[in-house]
Amino acid sequence: MFHRESGVFKTSYRGDMALYPLPIAKWTVGIIAAIFIVVAPLALDDYYLSILNLIMIACVGAIGLNILVGYTGQISIGHAAFMSVGAYTAANLATKLGWDFWLTLPAGGLMAAAIGALVGVPSLRIKGLYLAIATLAGQLIIEWTINHVPAISGGTQASIEVPKPALFGYELKSQGELYGFLLFFTIIAIVGALNLVRSRIGRAFVAIRDQDIAAEIIGISIFRYKLLAFAISSFYAGVTGVLYTYYLGIANYEQFQLVTSIDYLAMIIIGGLGSILGSIFGAVFITLLPTFLRNFMESFGGLFFTDAELATVVPYLRLTVFGLLIIFFLVVEPEGLNRLWRNIRNYFRVWPFSY
Amino acid sequence: MSVAAVSKSPLADGEIQLSVKGVSKRFGGVRAVDSIDLDVRKGEILSVIGPNGAGKTSLLNMISGFYQPDTGSVTFEGHNITNARPSQIATYGVARTFQNIALFRGMTVLDNLMLGRHVHMKAGVLSSFIYWGLAQKEEIRNRARVEEIIDFLKLQDLRKQPTGSLAYGLQKRVELGRALALDPKVLLLDEPMGGMNQDEKEDMARYILDVNEEWGVTVVLIEHDMGVVMDISDEVVVLEQGRRIAGGTPDAVQRNPEVIRAYLGTSKSKGAV
Repeated sequence: MFHRESGVFKTSYRGDMALYPLPIAKWTVGIIAAIFIVVAPLALDDYYLSILNLIMIACVGAIGLNILVGYTGQISIGHAAFMSVGAYTAANLATKLGWDFWLTLPAGGLMAAAIGALVGVPSLRIKGLYLAIATLAGQLIIEWTINHVPAISGGTQASIEVPKPALFGYELKSQGELYGFLLFFTIIAIVGALNLVRSRIGRAFVAIRDQDIAAEIIGISIFRYKLLAFAISSFYAGVTGVLYTYYLGIANYEQFQLVTSIDYLAMIIIGGLGSILGSIFGAVFITLLPTFLRNFMESFGGLFFTDAELATVVPYLRLTVFGLLIIFFLVVEPEGLNRLWRNIRNYFRVWPFSY
Repeated sequence: MSVAAVSKSPLADGEIQLSVKGVSKRFGGVRAVDSIDLDVRKGEILSVIGPNGAGKTSLLNMISGFYQPDTGSVTFEGHNITNARPSQIATYGVARTFQNIALFRGMTVLDNLMLGRHVHMKAGVLSSFIYWGLAQKEEIRNRARVEEIIDFLKLQDLRKQPTGSLAYGLQKRVELGRALALDPKVLLLDEPMGGMNQDEKEDMARYILDVNEEWGVTVVLIEHDMGVVMDISDEVVVLEQGRRIAGGTPDAVQRNPEVIRAYLGTSKSKGAV
């Protein structure tokens, strides 16, 4: 309706290459940003803020994974392990050396990037399912190492308590304060990823995904860029791990097991491969769905089941519905929620004169 | 700030720019390329012709680095590129197109051409991540050069179309554009006119001549359309079953009895058409 190029002319390359070339899109983004920065923390109570917090953490991880899988076309089932690398790096630095979050956060990311690039080395030789298995091995090896090396895991429970992040000596404790903390880094992650994928490096990634032979002939070193994709993606994963650790107040390997890797893959597949917005959609969807289903069951489950049945049936039913919904979405729109959104937008672009 | 139209080559016109010496390649029992010598002089259009399976594309693959020759060497402007990676060879200024179009199909024409500028851009991870500042300036500078190529190839109205949706002839043209965006010193074209109709062939021939004459780009051309080859080439090299059987000006090659035999069997008719 409002989102249309008609009548918008650009007289500079700068204007034409802007992130949001249309004035209406600039306004929309501005309003959404204002809602999240100003309105949400004032209007929402702790429960809803905590959900938003989890969504933001998932966003960072999903964007990172999408850079690798969606943009570069390499697969990784080891991302949860890279998150745990970031989490334990930050936790150790915070507790043993007393570093602040503005040091532990990049440190966790960089460590994850290094490990991620190492796990990505087989991608130079193998593709697709074979690479999936290689990264799966990475996941298991990292999990095992963290569990069995007390110097990393911090002892018997393999978990390290970390102090809450502090800003100029003030501890960020409440959901609202943590919301601000997470929002800051999420915005950086989103804007940075948007910039990355529209410039030289991002284009090279897509080139490798679409036609690796042609990419090589125009001077893109496949070797370097595949490793770079793994490193950047793992950096995001590491930061996700650090953020989650600060949010929970504890680094725990149970949060970063194989299932989490699969969850993140589900996010980007449902959201849309090769799209930053899609990653965000996917993160919202996968984070909200369990909560939504639980609330739904609690409200309406009584109509079909007795209370005793409810207690035993609900957890399984939730998983089943979860799986069914994912399949449903993929059948309806295999290219993900982002495609759905684009179809809607494109429909209204020329509305009401579709032809 | 404008971008130099063509990278400067240290050589004068007519000097040997690309030299292939005694190059051979076997695939199992098949001698795809059998000790071929080839000298490409700066500023010329050299065509490599021959029947199917003569080893033309294999030869091109060895120049651009996809195959490593079993014997022999390839030298480009003093660099030994015999065993160099294709991406390395591209940075020296060798661009190429493929027989089966190898565009990035999901990307727009503009992005495909911007990718052609890859070796001329330097933005690293951090400056790309921040974008505003260095990376943006670089994008704009290179965009200006890409727009020149878009104007040259008359692709203005297709800028933001995904290349996969374009007609075949246009895809070939975009692929030429992507190679040109590299500002190459040598352009390797593998059947740029294959599958085109007469009009499209004439357009493509005109583009190749313009690139060669106005920008001074050396062209190595593989093509089956003899009319085009004889019209635009300065030199023609004929391969048959991996061996070089003739070479010289188009006129000389057309009269060469070996060439006539290879193309037409033992017929006495003059000139392969």
